[in-house]
Amino acid sequence: MSDKTMTAEEAVARLASGMTLGIGGWGSRRKPMALVRALLRSQVTDLTIVSYGGPDVGMLAAAGRIRKLVTAFVTLDSIPLEPHYRAARERGAFELAEVDEAMFMWGLHAAANRLPFLPVRAGIGSDVMRVNPGLRTVTSPYEDQETFVAMPALRLDAALVHVNRADRLGNGQYLGPDPYFDDLFCEAADAAYVSCEQVVDTAELTKAAAPQSLLIKRHTVTGVIEAPGGAHFTSCAPDYARDEAFQQRYATTPWPEFAARFLAGDERAYRSAAGEGS
Amino acid sequence: MSGVTRAEHCVIACAEAWRGAGEILASPMGLVPSVGARLARHTFAPDLLLTDGEALLVGLDGTVEGWLPYRQHLALVTGGRRHVMMGASQIDRYGNQNIACIGDWAKPVRQLLGVRGAPVNTLNNPTSYWVPRHSRRVFVERVDMVCGVGYDRAAGARHHRIPRVVSDLGVFDFATPGRSMRLASLHPGVSVEQVREATGFDLVVPDEVPLTRDPTAEELRLIREVIDPRTTRAREVAL
Repeated sequence: MSDKTMTAEEAVARLASGMTLGIGGWGSRRKPMALVRALLRSQVTDLTIVSYGGPDVGMLAAAGRIRKLVTAFVTLDSIPLEPHYRAARERGAFELAEVDEAMFMWGLHAAANRLPFLPVRAGIGSDVMRVNPGLRTVTSPYEDQETFVAMPALRLDAALVHVNRADRLGNGQYLGPDPYFDDLFCEAADAAYVSCEQVVDTAELTKAAAPQSLLIKRHTVTGVIEAPGGAHFTSCAPDYARDEAFQQRYATTPWPEFAARFLAGDERAYRSAAGEGS
Repeated sequence: MSGVTRAEHCVIACAEAWRGAGEILASPMGLVPSVGARLARHTFAPDLLLTDGEALLVGLDGTVEGWLPYRQHLALVTGGRRHVMMGASQIDRYGNQNIACIGDWAKPVRQLLGVRGAPVNTLNNPTSYWVPRHSRRVFVERVDMVCGVGYDRAAGARHHRIPRVVSDLGVFDFATPGRSMRLASLHPGVSVEQVREATGFDLVVPDEVPLTRDPTAEELRLIREVIDPRTTRAREVAL
């Protein structure tokens, strides 16, 4: 069996401009920020980003890397509105495909199941149908005859997710309270890159944690990246909470200044600048 | 009852949304609705399910009684056994709600959260709204982006229901022939004229408008001493 470990730079080198990328986590929680930072250091651009959005979206939007965004919201959780995302939206910087949280989930399910769409009781009557004129509806073929939104599959060229532990083969483990939709992102993607706090031997994964915590299966994974602090400044329970002070700094610092201070160097330089280097 | 604050009447008005709800999930968004949901469970709606705000179902003392991560939460929504009380940046006379953006969606003047779960909520489980500052900026003739679906756009969807809207001025429902918003009760100290002035559309106002009920002595004790001793409710509605 193959060792899939690689660096964040090696993972990003497999991505190309124009791709559709799914980013795991939720809001400002367990976002694969080390991979996002590596993406920001690359020249990859013109991306379609599919995300339950947090600072991943804010940073990529601020850096002008997004052509199209598929989302139901963008938030920093403790700071409800993502300032860099807001600024980019208000200057019309990219195309937005606004869908509801449930529509988003069923789009991933459809992609994971190789279906063109799945019916969902959401969207009808709302302006989601107006702003996404490409959405189609289906009528139940059974007696109820109800009309549903046919949520199209959100098939991804690549998925980026961050978990607590992984082995070298790509088995990924979450130890926090919520899996979010990270396994679905991997299943919906042609290639998935899983960063983790720590790479451990396979046997280590279930020594202290239940097998149900093995969220991501290796057949859906292309690359494993050991990235301690890889979700910083978002939360990665139980390894660490959100760095609220740093998030506040991110939200209140003009983007060029933030990027110059924290994103000009490599991941080691980032951790050092963010006060986590020691 | 003297000495009851406006925030406490708002808590009562929110709590009443869950009266008789049975064994369903109460999803309060905001401080006042959160105090209200806990008050309801403490008193007249003891079977309610509550979350810790993350992935756990918890009792009033914090005892974990279940696991509800986001994807199961979405299934619970579509199963209908939930009554959510959401916020609204804008709301119109039929209960259409906006939390996505202000201005033209294509290039908004103010980008807000996005539609979040409002479309799925409103077609699947009872959805009420909480507005801590009742004004013409919120209660508008027409919302800029319909996120939560109102009565005029739901086309009789089988599970669509907006039981109530609670603001810092009163309680509103849609118990009119045209399903247009009606003043259901005024919080003590508020006048009909005040509500009309703060509302950007023609509100249905019955001849007799009751007052939002006072909390009982026991409810007041629970709010002040047990549920919200640090008075977080006053951060949304001034004492």
